[in-house]
Amino acid sequence: MKADFGIRCSGAEPVIYELSKPGRMATTLPQLDVPQAALPDAALLRDDVDLPEVSELDLMRHYVRMSQLNWAVDIGFYPLGSCTMKYNPKVNEAAARLPGFARTHPYQDVHAVQGNLRLMHELQEMLKEVAGFAGVSLQPSAGAHGELTGVLIMRAYHVARGDMQRTRIIVPDSAHGTNPATTNMAGLEVVEVPSDARGNVDLAALESVCGETVCGLMLTNPNTLGLFEEQLPAVMELIHGCGGLVYGDGANFNALMGIAKPGELGFDVMHFNLHKTFSTPHGGGGPGAGPVGVAELLVPFLPGPVVALCRCEEAGCDCQEEEGVHYHLVMPEQSIGRVRSFYGNFGVLVRAYTYMRALGAEGLREVSEMAVLNANYLKTRLAGVLPVSHQRTHMHEFVVKGIYPSAPDVHALDISKRLIDYGFHPPTNYFPLIVPEALMIEPTETESKETLDAFAAALRAIGEEARDDPELLHEAPHTAPVRRLDEVRAAREPILRWQGG
Amino acid sequence: MSYVPHTDADRAEMLAAIGVERVEDLFHDVPASSRFPELRLPEPLSEMELMAELEAMSEENMDVGHYPSFLGAGAYNHYVPSLVDQIISRSEFYTAYTPYQPEISQGTLQSIFEYQSMICALTGMEVANASHYDGATATAEAVIMALNVARGRRKKVVMSPAVHPEYRAVVRTYTQGVGLQIVGDEVGSRSLHDVASLVDGDTACLIVQTPNFFGQIEDLSGLAEQIHAAKAMLIVVVDPISLGLLKPPGDDDADIVVGEGQSLGNGLNYGGPYLGIFACREKDMRKMAGRLVGQTVDADGKRGFTLTLSTREQHIRRERATSNICTNQALCALAAGVHLAALGRKGLRLLAELCYHKAHYAAAQIDALPDYEVLAARPFLKEFVVRCPVPVSEVNDYLLAEWGITGGYDLGRDYEHLAGHMLVCVTEVVPRGDIDALVEALAEVAEEVGR
Ligand SMILES: Cc1ncc(COP(=O)(O)O)c(C=O)c1O
Repeated sequence: MKADFGIRCSGAEPVIYELSKPGRMATTLPQLDVPQAALPDAALLRDDVDLPEVSELDLMRHYVRMSQLNWAVDIGFYPLGSCTMKYNPKVNEAAARLPGFARTHPYQDVHAVQGNLRLMHELQEMLKEVAGFAGVSLQPSAGAHGELTGVLIMRAYHVARGDMQRTRIIVPDSAHGTNPATTNMAGLEVVEVPSDARGNVDLAALESVCGETVCGLMLTNPNTLGLFEEQLPAVMELIHGCGGLVYGDGANFNALMGIAKPGELGFDVMHFNLHKTFSTPHGGGGPGAGPVGVAELLVPFLPGPVVALCRCEEAGCDCQEEEGVHYHLVMPEQSIGRVRSFYGNFGVLVRAYTYMRALGAEGLREVSEMAVLNANYLKTRLAGVLPVSHQRTHMHEFVVKGIYPSAPDVHALDISKRLIDYGFHPPTNYFPLIVPEALMIEPTETESKETLDAFAAALRAIGEEARDDPELLHEAPHTAPVRRLDEVRAAREPILRWQGG
Repeated sequence: MSYVPHTDADRAEMLAAIGVERVEDLFHDVPASSRFPELRLPEPLSEMELMAELEAMSEENMDVGHYPSFLGAGAYNHYVPSLVDQIISRSEFYTAYTPYQPEISQGTLQSIFEYQSMICALTGMEVANASHYDGATATAEAVIMALNVARGRRKKVVMSPAVHPEYRAVVRTYTQGVGLQIVGDEVGSRSLHDVASLVDGDTACLIVQTPNFFGQIEDLSGLAEQIHAAKAMLIVVVDPISLGLLKPPGDDDADIVVGEGQSLGNGLNYGGPYLGIFACREKDMRKMAGRLVGQTVDADGKRGFTLTLSTREQHIRRERATSNICTNQALCALAAGVHLAALGRKGLRLLAELCYHKAHYAAAQIDALPDYEVLAARPFLKEFVVRCPVPVSEVNDYLLAEWGITGGYDLGRDYEHLAGHMLVCVTEVVPRGDIDALVEALAEVAEEVGR
């Protein structure tokens, strides 16, 4: 299987403004069926807006042709580490587009949207169950948003106890950039701790920074090296022992469903990436969803509103029914507040719900098992091709150093670009930062053995090319719609919008 | 069942290659006492059963297709042309991720570049990013940007009470750890003029919204001058549809323009996924958050597009990044771009005018009812405030139960002085017959509930 962008390489796709011709329009609007009103004072109005004018066919062709310049999971293997580029089931798309869901307004009375609220409540419950938490808020819209939510929750917890001096968040050096960025955004200070030789948090270093000023630790587990923290109980003891809380970056939860519950492992708060673990599509960069789960002590601080179930026959239920259940929206008592408008990326929640209902407990465990099997199998296949960062059993992903011993001036970037010619999306490049020339490979459970074998064979073949003809790699890709782009120029002389022909 | 392709033979071969006997053996690093917990989840369903259940669940809702709705307040029922869903349903777009490998992501990159271009045209600004989570978070990020432009030396933020209440709430949530003084909106009825007078030498920014939460078009002329005299930034929250007709904030010298982009090509979806619009001036672009796509050339000199100015972002700058945002709302921005391109120069204006005329027709009819009054101190576009003779919740209960109509937003939820006032929204999707029905129903409410 080779990438074949051939036919698409012939000419560049014009920018939509270049297709514009005055007088065209790609949609129709209804006739005005009421009398015209006088427009406001001209000083409040604009003369014109510079939008393109295109026919419907031109518009369709433009976007379809652009789509053909993309790589995507539905085209081929996309082993982008840390991103869990698994197959996105089509039933999820159908579910999210059901008009009864899609055509509801967020300010409708709760009694008019019980279907939505039931789905959200059941999703909250299922997420609590798979991760072992006491409460979940579905509001955060992505992983980083969940991180901010979680860190603000930890901060609020300490502040509520009058523990005002807890302003430091410990972040391992293997952490994703969003972890330190989140900490700073929350007004807290980052304390970085190194990893040890086995890829775990360095316990001695961790101990040395524990104390009364620690708000908490942000820990990704399995971490960004694809390794399960071997001394997890000791880490938990150190942080909890000094009065801190432990945040779990749930980006890697695809390794853990039915394998372990973070809540039981000692995590106090964690975000889920529904666009990774729960198969909602990545959308070319989003939307995702980053619900946050918390242990009992943090439930009052969750952002809201969250969905609560009320049994009509019980005291305290405000409905007039005699029996049955209904759902309403409540703000947790000591909530950090809302983290966005409305209730979350509902359409994404519908997809994740659909996925969980399709799989059930056994299915989810199978997902994690096969994700881990695939990663370890592919790693085995790459033995002797590229050196793996740590010789341990991996979880759902692993990191190799993108250096072939026989071709030292060929870099991870060159290997990545050459993989494109072989019909594969490259792994994540240069992350985590602690592995030089890192190539982070996450096959996911939905890939077959044949695909993994073919990918390993490609990396082996590229190794030979690197030795015999390094220029081939430095110049790669050769079959993509464009060749390597001048990123320096893009940043030095930024052109960030169309500025005329 | 779990979308995995592994046959028993595959598993056996793969385990043998790894050198373990069972899959369970791969999890020895997980503490034994916590390993393989039972998950109490509903039994799995086939696709057919699942869709039947979901369909039933979705039909428990009273959707706006079956119950004419006059709700707006930040989420708008505009018609989404069929081509939008066709395009965003192409899996080349929706099953890709952030275009880190530009050579095989030109489709996503160029479509974002075009989106950025159209947002600049719409807002009258110079730089627009690839999206935030929604209008509220875009507003909060604008505040953070203003604080950074002031190098952290200004600790006061002034907000008009006529900015969407949830946006104001999110600004407070986001900044709760950084010790700000947020003022302006303590008095719900404060005018723009009075709010602006609170801006002083310690103020990082003023946030206003137009049309504001009450639907009224604010007069921004001269405002930027006043704010800039105090060396503060002017942040304007907009509704993109209104910009088909209204003067763009860029023309009034706004420093940052943000807004909820849902009106463009994205359905209501019970509040999300939507997209936050974010645009600013070129001079400030290195302080802005989010992804940016730039035009450049490839090794053959051919035009191409790539993510750029990434040194602002978390994956490079870590704790010194301008924001923690990573995943954004790209597919929603694609939908917005497609819708804008489909409407084009003429269509967007026509759409805004349709909303304008219909809303004004509705307002006139309601205002003519003896027990109702439309508050129209300022011009409005598609939303207006109605004083009702009975509590809004009672009006709405009656409308829904007796007429199958979803009434407007109860402003008393957020504004004490507006108890009994309803925010009514009319867009192009509401036919005259539904407006007339609402008017008749409101008259009936006054008679039936009012006594
Ligand atoms: C380890 C890790 N943490 C956090 C994030 C941030 O998640 P999101 O992009 O959904 O905001 C990512 C995403 O790429 C990640 O890989």
